[in-house]
Amino acid sequence: MTVPKDIPDKWFPIVLPLKRKKQKGLNGAKSTKKRTEEERRVRANDREYNEKFQYASNCIMTSKYNIVTFLPVNLFEQFQEVANTYFLFLLILQLIPQISSLSWFTTIVPLALVLSITAVKDATDDYFRHKSDNQVNNRQSQVLIRGSLQNEKWMNVRVGDIIKLENNQFVAADLLLLSSSEPHGLCYIETAELDGESNMKVRQSVSVISALGDPNNLASFDGEVVCEPPNNKLDRFCGTLYWRDKKYTLTNQNMLLRGCVLRNTEACYGLVIFAGPDTKLMQNSGRTKFKRTSIDRLMNTLVLWIFGFLVCMGVILAVGNAVWEREVGSLFQSYLPWDPPVDNFLFSAFLSFWSYVIILNTVVPISLYVSVEVIRLGHSYFINWDQQMFCSQCNTPAEARTTTLNEELGQVEYIFSDKTGTLTQNIMSFNKCSINGKTYGEGTDPLGPQPKRLDFTPFNPLADPNFCFYDDTLLESVKVGDTHTHKFFRLLSLCHTVMSEEKREGELFYKAQSPDEGALVTAARNFGFVFRSRTPGTITTTEMGRPVTYTLLAILDFNNIRKRMSVIVRNPEGRICLYCKGADTVLLERLHPCNQELMNITSDHLNEYAADGLRTLALAYRDLSEDEWEAWSESHRCADKAASCREDRLAAAYEQIEQDMMLLGATAIEDKLQEGVPETIAVLSLANIKIWVLTGDKQETAVNIGYSCKMLTDDMTEVFIISGHTVQSVRQELGRARERMIDLSRTRDGEKEEGMEGGFMENGFKEAQEGDGTGGGGKQLQCPSPSPSAPPPPSNLMDNISGEFALVINGHSLAHALEADMETEFVSTACACKAVICCRVTPLQKAQVVELIKKHKKAVTLAIGDGANDVSMIKSAHIGVGISGQEGIQAVLASDYSFSQFRFLQRLLLVHGRWSYLRMCRFLCYFFYKNFAFTMVHFWFGFFCGFSAQTVYDQYFITLYNIVYTSLPVLAMGIFDQDVPEQRSLEYPKLYEPGQLNLLFNKREFFICIAQGIYTSVVLFFVPCAILSNATQSTGVPLADYQTFAVTTATTLVIVVSVQIALDTGFWTVINHVFVWGSLGLYFTIMFALHSQTLFKIFPNQFHFVGSAQITLLQPVVWLTIALATAICIVPVLAFRFLKVDLKPQLSDTVRHTQLVRQKKRKPVGRSVGGAWRGVGSVSEGRLGARGSRRSGYAFAHQEGFGELITSGKNMRLSSLALANFASRHSSSWIDTLRRKKNSHAHTPPSASGESSPAPSCVSVSVPPLSNSSSVLGGTPDIPIEEDRGATLVQNTQTVAASPTQTPPASAPASEEAAVLTPAAVRAHGGDSPGGWTVTLGTVQEALFGWKTRTTASNSPGPPSVAKETSQIE
Amino acid sequence: VTSPRGAFISLFVNFLVELTALATTCRFRAAIMMASSYNAKDEDGHITVSGPGGGTLRSKKPENTAFKQQRLPAWQPILTAGTVLPAFFIIGLLFIPIGIGLFVTSNNIKEFEVDYTGIDMSSPCFNCSQNFSWNSTRPCTCTIPFYLDQPYESNVYVYYGLSNFYQNHRRYVKSRDDSQLNGDVNSLMSPSKECEPYAFHENKPIAPCGAIANSMFNDTLELFYNDPNGTRIPIPLNTTGIAWWTDKHVKFGNPGGNPNLTAAFQGTTKPLNWRRPVYELDADPGNNGFINEDFIVWMRTAALPTFRKLYRIINKKSSMVPTLPRGNYTLEVVYNYPVRSFEGRKRVILSTISWMGGKNPFLGIAYITVGSVCFFLGVVLLIVHHKCGNRNNSADISN
Repeated sequence: MTVPKDIPDKWFPIVLPLKRKKQKGLNGAKSTKKRTEEERRVRANDREYNEKFQYASNCIMTSKYNIVTFLPVNLFEQFQEVANTYFLFLLILQLIPQISSLSWFTTIVPLALVLSITAVKDATDDYFRHKSDNQVNNRQSQVLIRGSLQNEKWMNVRVGDIIKLENNQFVAADLLLLSSSEPHGLCYIETAELDGESNMKVRQSVSVISALGDPNNLASFDGEVVCEPPNNKLDRFCGTLYWRDKKYTLTNQNMLLRGCVLRNTEACYGLVIFAGPDTKLMQNSGRTKFKRTSIDRLMNTLVLWIFGFLVCMGVILAVGNAVWEREVGSLFQSYLPWDPPVDNFLFSAFLSFWSYVIILNTVVPISLYVSVEVIRLGHSYFINWDQQMFCSQCNTPAEARTTTLNEELGQVEYIFSDKTGTLTQNIMSFNKCSINGKTYGEGTDPLGPQPKRLDFTPFNPLADPNFCFYDDTLLESVKVGDTHTHKFFRLLSLCHTVMSEEKREGELFYKAQSPDEGALVTAARNFGFVFRSRTPGTITTTEMGRPVTYTLLAILDFNNIRKRMSVIVRNPEGRICLYCKGADTVLLERLHPCNQELMNITSDHLNEYAADGLRTLALAYRDLSEDEWEAWSESHRCADKAASCREDRLAAAYEQIEQDMMLLGATAIEDKLQEGVPETIAVLSLANIKIWVLTGDKQETAVNIGYSCKMLTDDMTEVFIISGHTVQSVRQELGRARERMIDLSRTRDGEKEEGMEGGFMENGFKEAQEGDGTGGGGKQLQCPSPSPSAPPPPSNLMDNISGEFALVINGHSLAHALEADMETEFVSTACACKAVICCRVTPLQKAQVVELIKKHKKAVTLAIGDGANDVSMIKSAHIGVGISGQEGIQAVLASDYSFSQFRFLQRLLLVHGRWSYLRMCRFLCYFFYKNFAFTMVHFWFGFFCGFSAQTVYDQYFITLYNIVYTSLPVLAMGIFDQDVPEQRSLEYPKLYEPGQLNLLFNKREFFICIAQGIYTSVVLFFVPCAILSNATQSTGVPLADYQTFAVTTATTLVIVVSVQIALDTGFWTVINHVFVWGSLGLYFTIMFALHSQTLFKIFPNQFHFVGSAQITLLQPVVWLTIALATAICIVPVLAFRFLKVDLKPQLSDTVRHTQLVRQKKRKPVGRSVGGAWRGVGSVSEGRLGARGSRRSGYAFAHQEGFGELITSGKNMRLSSLALANFASRHSSSWIDTLRRKKNSHAHTPPSASGESSPAPSCVSVSVPPLSNSSSVLGGTPDIPIEEDRGATLVQNTQTVAASPTQTPPASAPASEEAAVLTPAAVRAHGGDSPGGWTVTLGTVQEALFGWKTRTTASNSPGPPSVAKETSQIE
Repeated sequence: VTSPRGAFISLFVNFLVELTALATTCRFRAAIMMASSYNAKDEDGHITVSGPGGGTLRSKKPENTAFKQQRLPAWQPILTAGTVLPAFFIIGLLFIPIGIGLFVTSNNIKEFEVDYTGIDMSSPCFNCSQNFSWNSTRPCTCTIPFYLDQPYESNVYVYYGLSNFYQNHRRYVKSRDDSQLNGDVNSLMSPSKECEPYAFHENKPIAPCGAIANSMFNDTLELFYNDPNGTRIPIPLNTTGIAWWTDKHVKFGNPGGNPNLTAAFQGTTKPLNWRRPVYELDADPGNNGFINEDFIVWMRTAALPTFRKLYRIINKKSSMVPTLPRGNYTLEVVYNYPVRSFEGRKRVILSTISWMGGKNPFLGIAYITVGSVCFFLGVVLLIVHHKCGNRNNSADISN
């Protein structure tokens, strides 16, 4: 399994995104043929025959250019960009002397710079592509030519050749597997490079050919394959093999695709079907979609508007020119005749229009696009560099794989998340069990001493050292030899489909196809019932140190309808026993009636486990007599051989024997959540982001995870479950849910208003008001109306649902809900809910759901997932996030951002996304402002210069203004600006809201910027105009000459925009200072240089302004003008901004202000207002609330049909290596099976009653009393801080406060006290709570006591780090 | 994956990275390496997954530098009442006195202006303005009497002013050849195309070429003091010192090293509208040819269609006698320059100047206005802030 490290790199070029048409450059003739190829005929070992079809050779070309074509092709590509073409057009305009109002270099300098640098980069990239192409093309492969194996380069392999592959070799082309060194013509491949799935796959050759075996026979093989033309479907192949007058059907099972690696197979032979560019790998390369952000789209619209504006200005000025030329210009001809081709004023006006288009084009300069990209790239780097998004366990930093979407991260409203591997770690741990009515592994008292982890080694040398269990009573029970306990673990050690591998004596490795099964077998192993090995007919275990071999009589395999699996074994004593494990719902029905009492107790335990979010299984056994077995085995054989309805008959046979079982007990497995998932979800939902979980899992599992990651809480007003199987029932259920929501929200609103009057607190924070004074458990966080007392307008009831609702919908219902006539209904219902869980969805449905939201809500969607089944969703969402390191790399490859922990999502969105959005908005506002201020001066000047398109400024100033004088400060702002520090944006998730509502840059903001720019341009033109027209130097020389005016205006402009950027910059780092001051300095330096005598003496015709700067800037009047104009430009802005902050402060302003005041005080003052993290609620009460609701999940997530594989013995050669990846891969393959199942048995109704029975209509809601702290999301405003702390200490707080509440100012003693108390609190929790909780705790403390702790230390919580951080603050 | 501009950007970023890294930890080499490797990945759409098995892999943990973690120390200014309001008052208190000072200075400047276009029948120049032709050999002279009611103490500057004359028209502005004017011999004989249609005349290059030079102001103004005795005393007008120093000494120069200007300009022809060739503008060789100051002044084009240009300086003779005492004066104009065709106006201005230049009441008034507005705004904002300002800010924080 060890892949040479460098091999993936060599595949770079193949996975490259490339345009298909580029490839056709070389073999253009073939490509035209290819298009018409309807089927492919390949005859083995017959090159002549195959050459007739001119199939593509195996030579791949991913490079775009060669030396000759580089320049034209590259330029052609670059000019496909609208912006580049536009600037080229301007350049051409400027070359016409009658039009040219600017020197050609004002456009060509930036354009040439952009083009040439892009070209250089393209050239380097292409060079490396050439190199790697060569490397790949020159790989050696063994081709069977005329009966002997010869080494050939890959590029020389032809379609129809038979090639030999050896172990660990890459497959050179798409091959039809002919024969293999393994029995049955099997061979194993790894397809990670192809589809990212890292598990081994089995391929089998057509049996008749596999018999051919050796090269000599193959050399004479002359079969002909007729198959489909090249396509990009990785999982499909259909063709027919004609050989010796017989037809054989070929499927994907017979194919080895290029990009795969041969594993565990000594050698195999394959017939080349598709080569080079026709291979599925190459057909799949290239990204399908190019994503654009909403800001991008807005920007494009605005740029279009600006062009419209530009044309308007041009027309106005052209009309002006016509009038002027007619009234004045024609009379002025004695001094200034028209240019030769101009013979009337209309023509002159026409030319003037184009002249003005050139001059005014700087409203949208090329630097806008460049700067936007630079800023985005900068933000991407910050994401890549973020240590707090680095996962040290997997050594993976976060990666922004797309650099163009950053600001959209600040606008996300919907998150679609996968479950397995994303929310959960996909690690199962055996947590609790109930044996014969006694429960073990009961949760320990959080306040008590931390229980010791059981040490199994003295008792059992074969124990797995990684297994954790804390309840020693169970071990005692095993030791004393309790029969039930023994039976319980015996069952676990026998009833499964796990494979074992024992590399060395005692070192066991289990290869389970589902991790929960692995967890159960491991538990049995540790408690003394060690599963050692199996053969198709036996299972060998070590029971309490004694080796026992059972005869395996039958495996009654799991399937999703049966929800149970059984084994029938004969023990060494000859007794036959059936062991069964399965979902409680199905198993408890099949028990012997004498189990009634035990069943009740166990079922109580099951509910308890389920309420804790554990996955449960019930275990039972049945002793069979020899006769029973014989009878059943006969009927089973019958069913097995049945030609029709085999499955149904088998199921009936299984049903027959799985009766009258004796209950043994139940197991509870914890599906471990990833670190920090509940906290992240809590924070994200506080930020008004709606989280939808789309999972292939079963409803129970999904709901359980929903509860354990706090998406669903017991305080939710109602959880709706849609599980209808028909269109009608789904529609009804949706309708009912909506009615109920409206009803409930009406009553709640009534309550709320009453509450408002009494409990309204004077509080600066909006969310405090929103979440204030509600009677029930839930909070109105999603209430969109800013003033909570305003009753929602009745018209859009669904938009104003208050209260927390959740919707659970399963795959069948979803299929109906996604149909065209119901989708609006579904969207309106689902979007009113705070949490939506879609279970048992197919990958396609995941994408459909995302598309649905994109279509109906103008909201930004984000999809996060880790597996191949999430790819479609990741690709269709606005932003796709891949969790790396769990299930191969396919999700990551398709994603825009990748990191390895779900919890990093909050940082990505709330910190990076928010900042990116803020920066981009500020950047755009300022950018449009500065360019309008700059350009519109020409418009005003037009009225004074006869509309002749004379520029106000020196042409060098125009060239350099955007790329030198003003670019760096605004870039620095766009890259480094921060309004509030990162901790604050995590603390006040509400800060995220402006992005979702798109408040910072929209059309309105744009017009404000434009208006400000135009105002500035008016001031910039008319103030110098009015002053200088009469002013003279102190030598009497008038200052009203053009050059002085130009210098004065330009200087004023640079100073005004610099002051403006200084006002806009909220975060002055060294870089900002350097850039702002540097730009100003640079302006003066360059101006003095350009106006110097030296340059003039070299190029007297280019530098007309010689001496202007020196003389102009020595005049006091000029400086007085500059000061005056600056004051007039800036004072209104300053006043307006001040009023805005003073009268209507945004949350960010307030937080900023808070920050400032705190900095001034320079001491750790407590800050609980708005602290989002306030642990309220108690575990005990949470459980109480949950007891009423029965949520059970059963731990069975594996693929069916595995039992068959075991009993048939087919996979026994499949060594442990081959199985190594099943553990991590189970989920997607399981879904595949499910899908396949569904397709083949479209009519098999999954037992609806069984699935939805745990929660038929809704989860019963317990409404806790108002006063206590069990309201999970939302704080009661008047709880004194001491009480809160008490709650934090006493109870295992795992919840977060939704709304900031006002607490009395924490006096210094209080915070000191807190500092003393908290380490204890940390210790109290650090032990028993799973790692993640301590983060909460730390943050809770931070919120409570105002510590400026950084969450960096979240991985190592505990007193030392806390102490360290405290000292940091002091 | 990235737009073709990606490269440009990466250059930018490298630059940024370099700068900032230098500013922070000087580890810019690593930073740039990261930058380039990042680009490659991005371009390829491919990542290499490093499993936890690769124990030998170096840690990919990002560096913990203030820059990369976005924790650079920064100054975070906020607009608070404490900073904004004083700013307004300071601006107000600064601008008002300056404005008053400027206004008073400006008012102390004496200025006299007379329009001699000759539009009215009553105007002394009416006749001259009526029958004008560029070719007339006999110059038309008109005499304009005027009275100064106060003495002009210091140096007096004589300006001519033109209105509705578009010296700032694009075609006009560019119609010159600076290299010819700088004395370049090649340009002298083959003027730039910009000068068209005033580049060649009868196959001879025009020196100086172009529309600006061609339309040079050529009225001659003479000033006489009418002594109470009845005698007309000519007032000496200084023809030098009216151009920018850089223009006279750097920008303009006569061709070749030939002191004989006639020879230097051999082979060129005078501009169409000129009466004399360029080398006969003045008798003084230091003020002749391209470096004639009247010519230089004209060549410095005005920004607005109404402008004035310095014509002569009347130097103060002694501290006892005012330069121009109170009394009657006569302005004699040789009326050569036609402006009526395009409804232009011609003026003569006599003015004294101060440290800040000529009379300019607008500047003072503007300063006073802006200062007062600022002050007023400051007061208004103060009231607004106290009445309805959100002073809860500080209350919120104190918790």
